Amino acid sequence: MLQVTDIWKSYEGKPLLCGVSFSVDPGETVCLLGASGSGKSTILRIIAGLEMPEAGRVLWRGEDLSSVPVYQRQFGLMFQDYALFPHRSVAENVAFGLRMQRLAQSEIDTRVREALELVNLDAFGQRRVTDLSGGEQQRVALARALAPRPRLLMLDEPLGALDRTLREQLLDELRQILRRTQVPAIYVTHDQEEAFAISDRLLLLHEGDVVQAGIPAEVYERPVSAWAAQFLGLGNLLEGRIVSTNPITEVETALGPFQPLCSHPNRPDGHRPGEEVTLLLRPSGALAANDPQAAVNRIEGEVADVVFRGDGFRVDLKVLKGQELRFYLGQAPSVGQPLSLVLPRESVLCLGKE
Amino acid sequence: MRLARGLRAWSVERQALLLWAAPLFFLLIFFFWPLGAIFRVGLVEGASQLGLEQVARVWRPFAFTLYQAFLSTLLTLLVGLPAAYLFARYEFPGKRVLRVLTSIPFILPTVVVAASFNALLGPRGLLNVGLMELLGLGEPPIRLLNSLGAILLAHVFYNTTIVIRMVGGAWSGLDPRLVQAAQVLGASRWRAFREVTLPLLLPSILASALLVFLFDFTSFGVVLLLGGPRYATLEVEIYIQALHMLNLPMAGLLSLVQLLCTLVLTVVYSRASGGIVVPVAPRGEAANTRRPTGRVERLITWILVLGLLLLLVSPLAALALRSVTRLDAARGERGEVQYGLTTQYYQELFINRRQSLFYVPPIEAARNSLVYAGVTLAISLSLGFLAAYALLRPARINRWLDPLFMLPLGTSAVTLGLGFILVFNRPPLDVRSFPLLIPIAHSLVALPFVVRSLQPALGSIPNQLRQAAAVLGASPLRVWREIDLPIIARAALGSAIFAFTISLGEFGATTFLARPEYPTLPVAIFRFLSQPGALNYGQALAMATILMLVTSAGILLIERLELPGGSL
Repeated sequence: MLQVTDIWKSYEGKPLLCGVSFSVDPGETVCLLGASGSGKSTILRIIAGLEMPEAGRVLWRGEDLSSVPVYQRQFGLMFQDYALFPHRSVAENVAFGLRMQRLAQSEIDTRVREALELVNLDAFGQRRVTDLSGGEQQRVALARALAPRPRLLMLDEPLGALDRTLREQLLDELRQILRRTQVPAIYVTHDQEEAFAISDRLLLLHEGDVVQAGIPAEVYERPVSAWAAQFLGLGNLLEGRIVSTNPITEVETALGPFQPLCSHPNRPDGHRPGEEVTLLLRPSGALAANDPQAAVNRIEGEVADVVFRGDGFRVDLKVLKGQELRFYLGQAPSVGQPLSLVLPRESVLCLGKE
Repeated sequence: MRLARGLRAWSVERQALLLWAAPLFFLLIFFFWPLGAIFRVGLVEGASQLGLEQVARVWRPFAFTLYQAFLSTLLTLLVGLPAAYLFARYEFPGKRVLRVLTSIPFILPTVVVAASFNALLGPRGLLNVGLMELLGLGEPPIRLLNSLGAILLAHVFYNTTIVIRMVGGAWSGLDPRLVQAAQVLGASRWRAFREVTLPLLLPSILASALLVFLFDFTSFGVVLLLGGPRYATLEVEIYIQALHMLNLPMAGLLSLVQLLCTLVLTVVYSRASGGIVVPVAPRGEAANTRRPTGRVERLITWILVLGLLLLLVSPLAALALRSVTRLDAARGERGEVQYGLTTQYYQELFINRRQSLFYVPPIEAARNSLVYAGVTLAISLSLGFLAAYALLRPARINRWLDPLFMLPLGTSAVTLGLGFILVFNRPPLDVRSFPLLIPIAHSLVALPFVVRSLQPALGSIPNQLRQAAAVLGASPLRVWREIDLPIIARAALGSAIFAFTISLGEFGATTFLARPEYPTLPVAIFRFLSQPGALNYGQALAMATILMLVTSAGILLIERLELPGGSL
């Protein structure tokens, strides 16, 4: 439905978006995930028509939108701090977009009531928006964006201003509402947990471009680069060099030899010997090394910290060169004790340098 | 327990009352007594001989005052609102300089403004003399002086800054995403402006319009000097009746009308400005401004910037330039007209050519002004400090006394001058012999500003700071010196400069109070300006230039101090 092709945009002379392309399909929630300042919000503003790209096009069902002004695009945008109209009541805020469509008053009333019911604010219509709590304001903003039945809903860090418990609760509600209304949506966030929870498809934004796209599980399984793995908080990173690829890939690191999983999504031909790579050591799956002979995928260190996590323990292991690696273990070692762990091959992933 | 609490409350009230004593006494003697006299004279003597002729004599200036104030306000909004938008939303080269320039007219003495427009557009002004020379004309082609146009122009010059400050401030604080949200929801640019921007700005637009109207309504010097005798407002009519016709009852009646009007306006203004709440953009002002893009936007920006520069700078530049330009026959020579730069007008300021007892050389007027300004500073700052400290006490009487102290703000200077004449006419407080009355009148004008600037600064010091200093070992005196003083120093300096410049430029009350042999600088400028002869004209402009430079320097200093609450 929506197609964004090769968008370029700079901010204060520095390139911000460098040829971003992606598309949104009917009923799909696409999540733009990136660090702050990565241009996520700017993409939304360009799609909404609030800003013009320096190059590239925004297409809706094949139609170029560059000559369509903001107010005729029929998209919904939920602003980061909601941008509720302070001089209007809750109901008047929600009715705004409907009034712009010149609907009959009775129709407006019905739709406002429906929208407020959808976000569980039935009784709030006559309140002043300035009297609402953060979570209530967020719901009003959502109702206001949904009421005109937009062709596309864009949400700019919709939960960014809320505290953690409220965020989790609203995230669930938001997912249900998006599923129920079947409105195609673009969700912008810098929080990978939020992104994994809400998106049908996830776009990872880095240095002005989409570096990885896929369903959340796929992205989790196969991060495209060391940066992606680190940004997504997938685990420990370890520098190394490939020593052989046949019959099995082996990487030499400062902690010893590793035999990682190596199918690279962008490089079906695999790696070459001598290539510098980064290993991702996943925190879960590590086992105590009972077999003193096992030399591969073996990590030795000293326990630096142990934290109880309910389903197990988070163990920080001090290895060579003062580096600390983090693992989740079923049993608690004591602090200061030496510890040897072995990682199964599925828990070690070989990531190429960009 | 209850007794103890009651005692404590009583002691708070008593402390506040003690602090209030001197300022209150001052206000009673020098503000309410003269005002009461105006009421008495106006109601008893003025109204008793009220006939059809008198009613007409009040009605005509009253109607004209309303008319010109309304027109002036409308024009000021017309210029000020686009300028406010420009400052609130756009970045352009020279923005800082332009912002400072717009704040200069506000405090400029009326005689300086009048002299400036005279030097630019008057019959002997730069434009007319230049055009006459260029086109070989026998008389000045531009006859703006002594017309309604001149009054309106000067009022726009004066008050545009109020609109820029108040509306521009609200506008730059307005979250631009509100308008964007409206647009995304289907509102066109114009619709979004009408539905979102305008309703949110309306309170500040109304408040600024009321304030501009109030200032235009009570404007005196500009109307007297630029409008000429045909355009008498209430203020000018009071002046004419009191000082030229010596008809004090009539003047009292006019003052009464004036007082009631300004009182109503002041009350309405404080009501209107009290409710201003603008949603402030979370990302700060800088994120809301941008450079103009596109040809149309850039063109409009430049037209606005150049228009503002022309309006604000050209009269002042003309004044300074004309004061060093010789355009007439030099003294003692006939026929031959000489052109060129000269410092003659400035040199003349120091010479008493006429050897007349009543002629006062300008340099003495300048000295008088400086002395009066110094006394004004001392009076208004010491009383202002007392009042500001009193206002910080949680006493109940503050609720009554606070608005009382703001009253002089809405009272016209001419009314004040008339009140002084009515009351202080026998020793020891005699206008003719007691020289302190002029700085006292000036202090009344300056006091509300001083209190309003000191009070928030004093209130901004959290008691915890003082307590922290005390815990760290500072004695009470040391605490005041180390904590209070450095924090309020800037505010105190700002109000001192303000009181000083107000006194230097005050014209309305001074015309009533200054004795012929002790004129102030503005009074001297007024005298020289209304006398014939190139030398008198040049000297008037030279004095006005000096006054302009001194007061502008004062404003620039205040701007540099960046006081909380702004300079308005």
